[in-house]
Amino acid sequence: MTSILTYTFKNLPNASTWALRFSVRPLSCSSQLRAAPAAQTKSKKTLAKPNIRNIVVVDGVRIPFLQSGTSYKDLMPHDLARAALSGLLHRTNVPRDVVDYIIFGTVIQEVKTSNVAREAALGAGFSDKTPAHTVTMACISANQAMTTGVGLIASGQCDVVVAGGVELMSDVPIRHSRKMRKMMLDLNKAKTLGQRLSLLSKFRLNFLSPELPAVAEFSTSETMGHSADRLAAAFAVSRADQDEYALRSHSLAKKAQDEGLLSDIVPFKVPGKDTVTKDNGIRPSSLEQMAKLKPAFIKPYGTVTAANSSFLTDGASAMLIMAEEKALAMGYKPKAYLRDFVYVSQDPKDQLLLGPTYATPKVLEKAGLTLNDIDAFEFHEAFSGQILANFKAMDSDWFAQNYMGRKTKVGSPPLEKFNNWGGSLSLGHPFGATGCRLVMAAANRLRKEGGQYGLVAACAAGGQGHAMIVEAYPK
Amino acid sequence: MVASRAIGSLSRATASRMFRRPGYICRNFTGSSALRSRTHINFGVKGDVAVVRLNSPNSKVNTLNKELQSEFMEVMNEIWASDQIRSAVLISTKPGCFIAGADINMLASCKTHEEVTRISQEGQRMFEKLEKSTKPIVAAISGACLGGGLELAISCQYRIATKDRKTVLGAPEVLLGILPGAGGTQRLPKMVGLPAAFDMMLTGRNIRADRAKRMGLVDQLVEPLGPGLKPPEERTIEYLEEVAVNFAKGLSDKKISIKRDKGLVEKLTSYALSIPFVRQQVYKKVEEKVRKQTKGLYPAPLKIIDVVKTGIEQGNDAGYLSESQKFGELAMTKESKALMGLYHGQVLCKKNKFGTPQKEVKDLAILGAGLMGAGIAQVSVDKGLKTILKDATLTGLGRGQQQVFKGLNDKVKKKALTSFERDSIFSNLTGQLDYQGFEKADMVIEAVFEDLSLKHRVLKEVEAVIPGHCVFASNTSALPINEIAAASKRPEKVIGMHYFSPVDKMQLLEIITTDKTSKDTTASAVAVGLKQGKVIIVVKDGPGFYTTRCLAPMMSEVLRILQEGVEPKKLDSLTTSFGFPVGAATLVDEVGVDVAKHVSEDLGKAFGERFEGGNIELLKEMVSRGFLGRKSGKGFYIYQEGVKTKNVNSDMDGILASLKVPPKYGVSSDEDIQYRLVTRFVNEAVMCLQEGILATPTEGDIGAVFGLGFPPCLGGPFRFVDLYGAQKIVDRLRKFEAAYGKQFTPCQLLIDHANSANKFYQ
Repeated sequence: MTSILTYTFKNLPNASTWALRFSVRPLSCSSQLRAAPAAQTKSKKTLAKPNIRNIVVVDGVRIPFLQSGTSYKDLMPHDLARAALSGLLHRTNVPRDVVDYIIFGTVIQEVKTSNVAREAALGAGFSDKTPAHTVTMACISANQAMTTGVGLIASGQCDVVVAGGVELMSDVPIRHSRKMRKMMLDLNKAKTLGQRLSLLSKFRLNFLSPELPAVAEFSTSETMGHSADRLAAAFAVSRADQDEYALRSHSLAKKAQDEGLLSDIVPFKVPGKDTVTKDNGIRPSSLEQMAKLKPAFIKPYGTVTAANSSFLTDGASAMLIMAEEKALAMGYKPKAYLRDFVYVSQDPKDQLLLGPTYATPKVLEKAGLTLNDIDAFEFHEAFSGQILANFKAMDSDWFAQNYMGRKTKVGSPPLEKFNNWGGSLSLGHPFGATGCRLVMAAANRLRKEGGQYGLVAACAAGGQGHAMIVEAYPK
Repeated sequence: MVASRAIGSLSRATASRMFRRPGYICRNFTGSSALRSRTHINFGVKGDVAVVRLNSPNSKVNTLNKELQSEFMEVMNEIWASDQIRSAVLISTKPGCFIAGADINMLASCKTHEEVTRISQEGQRMFEKLEKSTKPIVAAISGACLGGGLELAISCQYRIATKDRKTVLGAPEVLLGILPGAGGTQRLPKMVGLPAAFDMMLTGRNIRADRAKRMGLVDQLVEPLGPGLKPPEERTIEYLEEVAVNFAKGLSDKKISIKRDKGLVEKLTSYALSIPFVRQQVYKKVEEKVRKQTKGLYPAPLKIIDVVKTGIEQGNDAGYLSESQKFGELAMTKESKALMGLYHGQVLCKKNKFGTPQKEVKDLAILGAGLMGAGIAQVSVDKGLKTILKDATLTGLGRGQQQVFKGLNDKVKKKALTSFERDSIFSNLTGQLDYQGFEKADMVIEAVFEDLSLKHRVLKEVEAVIPGHCVFASNTSALPINEIAAASKRPEKVIGMHYFSPVDKMQLLEIITTDKTSKDTTASAVAVGLKQGKVIIVVKDGPGFYTTRCLAPMMSEVLRILQEGVEPKKLDSLTTSFGFPVGAATLVDEVGVDVAKHVSEDLGKAFGERFEGGNIELLKEMVSRGFLGRKSGKGFYIYQEGVKTKNVNSDMDGILASLKVPPKYGVSSDEDIQYRLVTRFVNEAVMCLQEGILATPTEGDIGAVFGLGFPPCLGGPFRFVDLYGAQKIVDRLRKFEAAYGKQFTPCQLLIDHANSANKFYQ
């Protein structure tokens, strides 16, 4: 009974604010919003569902995302994660003993800290009574961390969860070859000198050749950039379009950085180095400069280059997720609701990076929204070519009918609402940490630019994808 | 029954689309020839690049037939004459095929070697024009680029190929007993180097695009694309064209060089081959190897070496002249007629004459995980059939599953599959000891031990669990299918599917129908066989069907010859020098002495006197001593793991001595021995046709060559009768009949052919 009451109570002001806002909005809108009439009225006033707890983001932070091999290069992954966690504690002032659970996403695991969530939490000032686990799902690992937290709260197991992600590409585990490892393990077991010598006699020089972490999809042995280039070709995305999109991402990121919009960043005092306060991968160039670059994957005629791909990045992010009543009880003013989400997967060879295309219509349908209801799109930009190919796929009835089993296309997101504060191409993409950045960017944009619904979508290795609706918390 | 490597290699390449006869329609141009409507070629211009798109109508493949050639030259002349065009791209819009080769019928219709030589010279002239073109021509290759197609491609200035499984390049002419006759023998060595060129032309093997790139046969690769705004295949061709157009522009603007960077090894080899002495050694070595392998039975490989040598040592003009002349000579040889006949036969036996089955087989169950059962499973799972492999014991099942896995894993090692593809293919296989899941099976193939009562038992067990539409197929080499079907409630669903061991290597599948087998059951069995990649002959039921029945009299003769004191090694060399890929004594060892005994007893009972010859005691004695052939380590020879050279089993001497019979005078020369074996085989084959066991001579030839290793250079028993002369064979049979009696009595059909000069092939 009480819960029903709270819902109605909460939804009322919510609805009225929106009605108000929308009556004003068309005036301030530029003419480029051709879909304006449809956007005026939302398909749904809110996505709150009866008998399901509302889950809110209280706040989220990230340390600056840096190109790998720069200021973070001597640290370990849990150092970055710890910095993000401390930053979150500092930003939210959440009492450490209310946090029920901590979940982190990561992709390339440091073997020593395979449960990096726990190692980071221990040193970050959280209670050692708070359990923590680590999840991995390629580039949507942090999304998986968040949705795992959502699940724990929705099912009533927890009230307060910290979710985040971390990636340190400056250092990756390089292993001995399997043969060498086998010999070393056997040596460990060998009891007599004779046994040891006979094992050692089998040593060959090629045992010493190291094993680098695979940069390729395990199932197909194809690198992601190669797949992206083929994807761009399949959708006939030109090199010029890709460069132009990349330039847009960098310019918007630069603008957002200069205007101080990237408020999720917390400074990080790197031991022995200066305090890092901003992302260092934003570098708006010119189309002429970009056109000079040679293709990075399909040589010599491909279209994906270093300039229109996301770069290797170090970084970490964290966010505080709570059941709405808990947040309110603690006196917080949440930033956004986390609403419906989906995970999708498809052929890892030819559709590796089409996750957003598959996930977007699905999540919209689930939420009962249309593309026009969305005010802020935050898509993960793995490659310019990938984003533009996804646009074309989403805008194609043929693709929807032949590959997605849908009657019609969902439509491509209007560019003026799309990744307005930059994206992974310019801000950087620490694999495990990007998810939280996307959600915070959507939440912060809704607050800043106005609007109710944000859509977060991302592709991931393995041919997987994710999308989530973020609803602005009424002011 | 026995793997024949020579055939294996022949069949592998022929199986691919080379020279596949298109629905070749002779177009009568009723209208004026000035009409510019082209049927094979679509020609457009992108900027200053001409794009020539090939696509022959009403055919699965493009072949270099007369019309395509003339349209092509017409277009090329237009391109060369145009001021606006600076370069050209040559591409095929036919899915899976660039150009599959020259039109084989063009050769078949020639009466003299001069005519063939002229065809070759026309081709040479056409490709020379391409080679000398001042406007760069880029061949954009997607799909099969074989024979004449390859010769065309290597005449162009630049080659770009799609890196997919369908894109293969090769010079398979040798497999048809001819040589690359449009400049291929001259250009290929210059392009890929002498050793690689010899390898390509002498084996006829298909080369995948990635390997072709490494060899320098193609300059660039284009990755196949996935789904976009169009079907992937369509967009991939479009993309290939876009890439090729850019390269063509680059070439005409001199931004791209056609020179290729050679690796160190390549540089060293080409340096070594610039020394005449080294070259002579290479020729000598290759020739020795060819002579050893072909035993002088195949003229084409030697001529290829000769032509290449002429070109390199005496210059282009001499080379081209020699190429066209030798091409003409070869096309007129019996060997080439035999091989082309086999090729046509193979194409025919890759079709389902019985129509589409009512229900497609998707779930297959195999009983018995022995060598055969597991082999059948292996060729089924990799074609996407959900397969249950059932055995009576866990050890037997485990062995079978391992065989399937190993077969797939070997492909991974050869990079024909990725480890992921292997795993997902292997997941199509379910190993089990019970009949769970049989209620969903569309077809059950039993490969249990060759024992009638056991086959009856499993048939009854299976019929209790399978659905009504399910086909029951028996893999047996000799048990009559109607006897097996006698235990069935639904004999119309019972059929014989006789696979040959090793199943994954041997191409033949002999399907046996009884009077009661329904047409739909046959259609279903043929459809499954085709899916498994088999060449199929469909024969009537009878003791030994076709293949086993032909082999039995020959085997009987083998025993007699051994009894007459011919050493196993000598016998082997006599048979291999006649063209059999495996010697006769070795063949007995490979088949298994117990199996041979079993079969000759059964068929001896069924056919009586005609199947007599050697004393079956010889086999019985061998079985009792445990000399079962390769599988027991001893037979006529001794087999040891890891030992390559075969040693004669000296313990056989006693057995042979005790059964020795004196050789008969006048019929025991080396040649007589060869013909005693072959004529008994041929006579029995013709009798199978006479009795209606075989429906067509073609199937008889295909069955004999692909299942039993009948010499491919003779084209099969029926082609052999046609080419050698029925009368001569009857004469030989009569001579042997005089010495040995009824076993050599020529059958009526053979006598008719001898008297009337009728031929099996018109």
